[in-house]
Amino acid sequence: MMMTENELAGKSVAYRKKILKYIVGAKAGHTGGSLSCVDILNVLYNSVLNISPQNFTSPDRDRYIQSKGHCVEALYVVLADKGFFPEDDLHTLCRYKSHYIGHPTRKVHGVEQNTGALGHGLPISVGTALAAKMDDKAYRVFTLLGDGELPEGSNWEAALTAAHYKLDNLCAVIDNNKLQITGTNAEVCNTAPIDAKFESFGWAVKQVDGHDIKALNEAFAALPFEKGKPSLIIAHTIKGKGISFMENSVKWHHGVPDKEQYETAIAELDGVTAGN
Amino acid sequence: MGAVIENTTINGKPNQDIFSATLQELAGHDRNIIAVTSDSRGSGKLVAFGKELPDQIVEIGIAEQNLVGVAAGLASAGKKAFAVSPACFLTARALEQIKNDVAYSNNPVRLIGISAGVSYGALGSTHHSLHDFAVLRAINNLIIAAPADNFETREAVKQAVQTNKPLYLRFGKKAMPALTNDEGIAFEFGKGRVIKQGNDLTIIATGETVYPALQAAEKLELEQGLKVTVVSMHTIKPLDAELVLQLAEKTGAMITVEEHSVYGGLGEACASLLLANGYHKPFKIMGIPDEYTVTGSQTEIFDHYGLSADGIALAVTKLLVKQ
Repeated sequence: MMMTENELAGKSVAYRKKILKYIVGAKAGHTGGSLSCVDILNVLYNSVLNISPQNFTSPDRDRYIQSKGHCVEALYVVLADKGFFPEDDLHTLCRYKSHYIGHPTRKVHGVEQNTGALGHGLPISVGTALAAKMDDKAYRVFTLLGDGELPEGSNWEAALTAAHYKLDNLCAVIDNNKLQITGTNAEVCNTAPIDAKFESFGWAVKQVDGHDIKALNEAFAALPFEKGKPSLIIAHTIKGKGISFMENSVKWHHGVPDKEQYETAIAELDGVTAGN
Repeated sequence: MGAVIENTTINGKPNQDIFSATLQELAGHDRNIIAVTSDSRGSGKLVAFGKELPDQIVEIGIAEQNLVGVAAGLASAGKKAFAVSPACFLTARALEQIKNDVAYSNNPVRLIGISAGVSYGALGSTHHSLHDFAVLRAINNLIIAAPADNFETREAVKQAVQTNKPLYLRFGKKAMPALTNDEGIAFEFGKGRVIKQGNDLTIIATGETVYPALQAAEKLELEQGLKVTVVSMHTIKPLDAELVLQLAEKTGAMITVEEHSVYGGLGEACASLLLANGYHKPFKIMGIPDEYTVTGSQTEIFDHYGLSADGIALAVTKLLVKQ
């Protein structure tokens, strides 16, 4: 059953609280990026992807490959919510002998590929989408990239191949929060204009507010944007979204809140739930 | 030269020709076999494959990282993907994709390094792969093999299709005579093939150095009466430790030979095994020294560094004299 936008908005708040809870518990994690991409994951897993614990071994399931593997905390809380594993497992995040490490691993049920090194998700997604075309299968392949990983050359190699093979069953989403560990994308390595670059490579591109549930839903519903072309969604997001003192601050790339900051953050999120 | 060698020179073809012919034959009966190439179908001898089975070849263009990443995606979706590219580029430029997308994610890509070792000869060190065993040995979950002759190549490709695991095979361009007419010596990944038996000394070689090693053994027998065991250790990892230790016990000395840097390959794999097991007999690692090679053809480079039949025989003689 499709969730309403209000229900999805409620999920986003709950996911943000859990991301912070488990990062604080682990004393490690990529806080800012997990908060910037979680609305995208929410919409994907709750209204777009044909992926569930029950069909995860089916060759016909959709595929989601998280290229920006460091924001694994967002993925873990969504997978737990979808029933892939008990949420309590996340108390072991980054602990000795835990499977819940700081990047996606197939040892965790629901994770499609081991990622974490940047520039890997798109080539793997291209191969998986190509296999679907070869087998006349209807599944679709989605991958989430960080804007900071775009200078990795393998992305552009794969972008060429995706267009060459007309992979309109492939959708890449860029979590465009415009910040990376050293500073802004523009300062570190200016990749703008991302849309024109991908368009010139043969992709169909849409830009959305990556925190607007309705806009995300509409963009995913419009796939493929053009028959015979791979689709790119540039999701404009805010690093640290939802916690005012974290928003747009590089400090929170992998900053871990202390007790007081955590309580302040949760109170702010509770305020959203209460409609304040 | 002994009769064995003369018989074995019949019908030798380059191993990479045998690779492509075998793959094409198997792919004709299995639509899940996919060749993935990086503008390498010519040197990989896959032009006929592409014409015969156009839906089973994926051209990536010259982009090795993407070649391996795409092959991993294909493999994850059930395709028996053979990623074919010159060994030098495949195992250096795409090393992170091999490590993460193939081995760590356990996507069973069959990595095929063509024109391996110093096959490209005078094209120089950019095109040589003398590092591949070393770097790949340190990556978990990857079978590494260098078939020596046409028989081993054919068997390796057949088993690569059946073995649903990440693996790396390397092949050269030179026509390779059969090591033995006895195909009863089975090929199995992880099990060395004893081509010739003798108790004075063991030569453990791999890939295209097995043939000169066998010739050296014949020469030593003829000229000095030495009884030499020759092993085609086609699989570098997992190493056939049982065979190495058994021959260490049984024979008087051991030499390893490989078309690879003396660092990190077959020789050091054997050395660490032997040392850990208290080996104290004469031992030598033959390969390419730690330098950018002299200019020349593969044969000239082999001669220069003593990897020819004469060079290996001389090294054996010197090793036994030192004893």
